[in-house]
Amino acid sequence: MIPAAFEYHRPQDMAGVLAVLEEHGDDARVMAGGHSLIPMMKLRMADVPHLIDLQDVGGLSDIAVDGASIRIGALVTQADIIDHQALAAAAPILREAALQIADPQVRYMGTVGGNVANGDPGNDMPGLMQCLDATFTLVGTGGERDVPARDFYEAAYMTAREDDEVLTAVTIPLPSGGYAYEKQKRKIGDYATAAAAVQITKSGGTCASAAIAMTNLSDTPIYSDAAGAALVGTTLDDAALKAAVAAMLNDIDPTEDNRGPIAFKKHVAGVILRRAIERAWSRA
Amino acid sequence: MKDEVDTREDRVANLKGMGCSRKRVEDARFTQGKGNYVDDIKLDGMLFGDFVRSPYAHARITSINTEAALKVPGVLAVLTAADLEPLGLHWMPTLAGDKQMVLADGKVLFQGQEVAFVVAEDRYAAADGIELVEVEYEELPVIVDPFEALQSDVVLREDLVGEDGSIPAGAHGPRKHHNHIFTWEAGDKAPTEEVIANAEVVAEESMYYHRTHPCPLETCGCVASMDKVNGKLTLWGTFQAPHAIRTVVSLISGIEEHNIRVISPDIGGGFGNKVGAYPGYVCSVVASIVTGKPVKWIEDRMDNLMTTAFARDYHMTGKISATKEGKITGLHCHVTADHGGFDACADPTKFPAGFMNICTGSYDIPTAFLEVDGVYTNKAPGGVSYRCSFRVTEAVYFIERMIEVLAIKLNMDAAELRRINFIKKEQFPYTAALGWEYDSGDYHTAWEKALTTVDYEGLRAEQAQRVEDFKAGKTRKLMGIGLSFFTEIVGAGPVKNCDILGLGMFDSCEIRIHPTGSAIARLGTISQGQGHATTFAQILASEIGLSADSITIEEGDTDTAPYGLGTYGSRSTPVAGAATAMAGRKIRAKAQMIAAYLLEVHDNDVEFDVDRFVVKGAPEKFKTMKEIAFAAYNQAIPGLEPGLEAVSYYDPPNMTYPFGAYVCVMDIDVDTGVPEIRRFYALDDCGTRINPMIIEGQVHGGLTEALAVALGQEIAYDDMGNVKTGTLMDFFLPTAWEVPNYETDFTVTPSPHHPIGAKGVGESPHVGGVPCFSNAVQDAFRPFGNTHTNMPHDHWRIWRTANELGLHD
Ligand SMILES: Cc1cc2nc3c(=O)[nH]c(=O)nc-3n(C[C@H](O)[C@H](O)[C@H](O)COP(=O)(O)OP(=O)(O)OC[C@H]3O[C@@H](n4cnc5c(N)ncnc54)[C@H](O)[C@@H]3O)c2cc1C
Repeated sequence: MIPAAFEYHRPQDMAGVLAVLEEHGDDARVMAGGHSLIPMMKLRMADVPHLIDLQDVGGLSDIAVDGASIRIGALVTQADIIDHQALAAAAPILREAALQIADPQVRYMGTVGGNVANGDPGNDMPGLMQCLDATFTLVGTGGERDVPARDFYEAAYMTAREDDEVLTAVTIPLPSGGYAYEKQKRKIGDYATAAAAVQITKSGGTCASAAIAMTNLSDTPIYSDAAGAALVGTTLDDAALKAAVAAMLNDIDPTEDNRGPIAFKKHVAGVILRRAIERAWSRA
Repeated sequence: MKDEVDTREDRVANLKGMGCSRKRVEDARFTQGKGNYVDDIKLDGMLFGDFVRSPYAHARITSINTEAALKVPGVLAVLTAADLEPLGLHWMPTLAGDKQMVLADGKVLFQGQEVAFVVAEDRYAAADGIELVEVEYEELPVIVDPFEALQSDVVLREDLVGEDGSIPAGAHGPRKHHNHIFTWEAGDKAPTEEVIANAEVVAEESMYYHRTHPCPLETCGCVASMDKVNGKLTLWGTFQAPHAIRTVVSLISGIEEHNIRVISPDIGGGFGNKVGAYPGYVCSVVASIVTGKPVKWIEDRMDNLMTTAFARDYHMTGKISATKEGKITGLHCHVTADHGGFDACADPTKFPAGFMNICTGSYDIPTAFLEVDGVYTNKAPGGVSYRCSFRVTEAVYFIERMIEVLAIKLNMDAAELRRINFIKKEQFPYTAALGWEYDSGDYHTAWEKALTTVDYEGLRAEQAQRVEDFKAGKTRKLMGIGLSFFTEIVGAGPVKNCDILGLGMFDSCEIRIHPTGSAIARLGTISQGQGHATTFAQILASEIGLSADSITIEEGDTDTAPYGLGTYGSRSTPVAGAATAMAGRKIRAKAQMIAAYLLEVHDNDVEFDVDRFVVKGAPEKFKTMKEIAFAAYNQAIPGLEPGLEAVSYYDPPNMTYPFGAYVCVMDIDVDTGVPEIRRFYALDDCGTRINPMIIEGQVHGGLTEALAVALGQEIAYDDMGNVKTGTLMDFFLPTAWEVPNYETDFTVTPSPHHPIGAKGVGESPHVGGVPCFSNAVQDAFRPFGNTHTNMPHDHWRIWRTANELGLHD
């Protein structure tokens, strides 16, 4: 498990990064924590003749929480997310999810930007960000643009990001209500058999809004509008839960792998979503 | 001051001998990253070799082109079978009497098979060279199912079929089909069939013990260094049996044995994975001879999982008969054993299915019959073991499942069924229906202690309530109580019936006492994490009266250590431990004569007391072992040679039979298939306990591996023979997170024939643990009609069981 030879670049600013990207086109790739990219290179499944390390680029490691939104720099690690008190108060689902990603060693290296930019359907943060209706900021030689997380994912490892663009930040509108990130996995450090991100608001006794996204159950994260809609206006009785699960099952398209066959995954997806909704509701 | 030190209790404590939870002397270097493993060895000018491996499970090789690879800067040579053939090294013997390709000779038989060996200045250049070796394959039909293999026209091993299509006999007798390896039988066929045909109750079950892998932390590897000036070959490697490797290397290479030095440095776990001889060893040696430079070969994790010795892959069918009251009358077992492309097991020659004939377990079963068919398929060779002495894990799993299945048939409690069938204490030594003579045991005492400690009755009551609650819709979790009672057979073994490739399975210890009263002892075994340097010093301390802290234990260098068959199958303590005690006794015998001379009394008038010889009846007159050691070297004693040394080669009279009683309590989420281990109790009887802390560590480790195997760890293949679980992403290695708190306990039934009564413990927890975890899962579903489901019990398979039993709406 030794990668093919590559050139290592370590620019000091974004201009330097973009210059290398421009020069080498899709022969160049940025690296953040390296905990998805390096394993792929070692398996020789990713061939990266020019590797651009982002670690020395300033201004990408901040977490800012204000009255309306949260802004997370691309190089913020999963461990930073867990440790940040203001963030945990403002959007506790982020910590709940981050604690279920990989193991502490990986979380010290793995970044939010890498996790959402990677495009691996197994990553937990893409679904999480869709649930929270986050926006990704991309910078390229042509300038800066924002893409909603819900529009970002096209297929496995295919996203709206152009090859010469770098993801610099994730912006999340301040969430409210109850939340839950529920994930079934085979062991610590495993990607999800099924995972659900749920954010619910309550008004009187009924559900005012619900955002639901599922992980590792299709070749992209699945934001299930219909599942959320099935809950709105209900008291989250059994019928509403069943309707939400049915709507979600309609949106996912799991494949068989070592975790199990499709029927199992669908069943577990339903159970996991139900539990997530119930937990989120209890916190709403 | 002196008086204080001199109390007998203090003297015993100072020895740190047997029974003391002495801290492991190895850990100072391991915990500081100061171990010295094969990959830590760096020699001047050392090259690195690595393999081009087959992507196909069965294919003919039509051409190999190495031109482009040889152009990679740093690549020096690419070896193929054609290069090894003139040396007669393109094939090598396996430890099971078969032969195996070193490099693919015209065809490949499993995915990952070694096709060419790229030798380069460093491992990076080797990796680049591997990419550029062009191999053309012509795919052949793939067989991954042994039952299909026995029906198929496809010939996997053309080298084992005559020109006229005849099937010559193999190393273990006649073969029934071109893909068949051997049939091995034990016990009485006709009487067993008759007992079962006429029995009041018969339970039958088929079970598959899936293929898995020991996956030691350190993968396999070696460094070969041929010194062309003096003609000496030095081979460092991850060898569980360095002397056997030396002999095998000598036999296949023609290099005289005195010119070969094999060294096993620190080994990061073996579990049987490092017993066999691998193509990497042969290729490294050849490459070193060809280049005149040292050559290193180290597997990566995928190589290790996909190609080196796997474990299990046994399809077992059983019939067990009993009276209506539950007294077992007969047992029948048939096994179809999937050995992969070559038969590379490492069982004693006379036991091609290892000690599978221990499958009558801990029970007094009057009649039994076992038949094992070994079969070739397109999977990796191996089948060595995995913390299991020669298929004992399979045997114990089989009988512990059959007991449960019989209990269901009898509508009886499985603990009670075991109780009424255990071999009784007074029946030992007990000769089992399949031939083994169990040396000692007290099963009922262990069983009662286990059941009482866990409050078995209370657990069953709680479980019954849980079933009620489940049916009433109050919970979605079922509760399983896993029981297992195992009898191990370890310490291979008596040379009269145990050899590997003709090498007798004795073991050895050589002791030198230094003049100032410290010592070095060398053994034919090799620790891979078991703590030999700690425990063997303790055995000696008690035998010769010098503190364990003053005794160095050295293993693994064939130039210095006495010949022995190495460490696997829990044999070190039963065999080399016995040799250690016996060599110690020789030292003591000479020391006694020296003491008597110094004290001016007759030899028989002194007696050994902890760390000294005292004059009988006059304890104030004594000579300490330190004083005796000094005198042995420096005082002219009439009739005695100077020096204080001894060596013992120990051929054990019998195997040893550790046993234990395990209980697991598990909660199972019916909807997700997730099991949660609430409690695990493990009572082990390994005879005399040398170091209780090391025993506990061994039990924790073995149970954790057992948990892995039972709950998810497997080497799975698809229909094309592709390995589906070749990385740690999918191959389940539990972490602290997945592991429950283990409660350990013990009884002590010393082995009557072992010099210190010890029996070996390293494998017991794995052997007993797997059926215990599995039985817990199966037991949870028993109230809903489950009799048996195959391991591994990962989430989806548990879920499937629930689903098939109609527990999902
Ligand atoms: C053992 C193990 C277990 C894991 N388990 C989980 C898990 O359970 N859940 C989970 O979600 N993840 C898991 N991961 C992945 C881990 O969280 C990664 O760290 C994460 O997916 C990627 O983050 P990174 O910073 O390491 O990205 P890198 O590996 O550096 O990059 C990943 C990809 O994203 C691109 N990229 C990175 N940063 C940017 C950027 N700013 N702009 C544009 N493109 C960028 C890279 O070019 C590359 O293609 C696991 C990893 C390991 C090794």
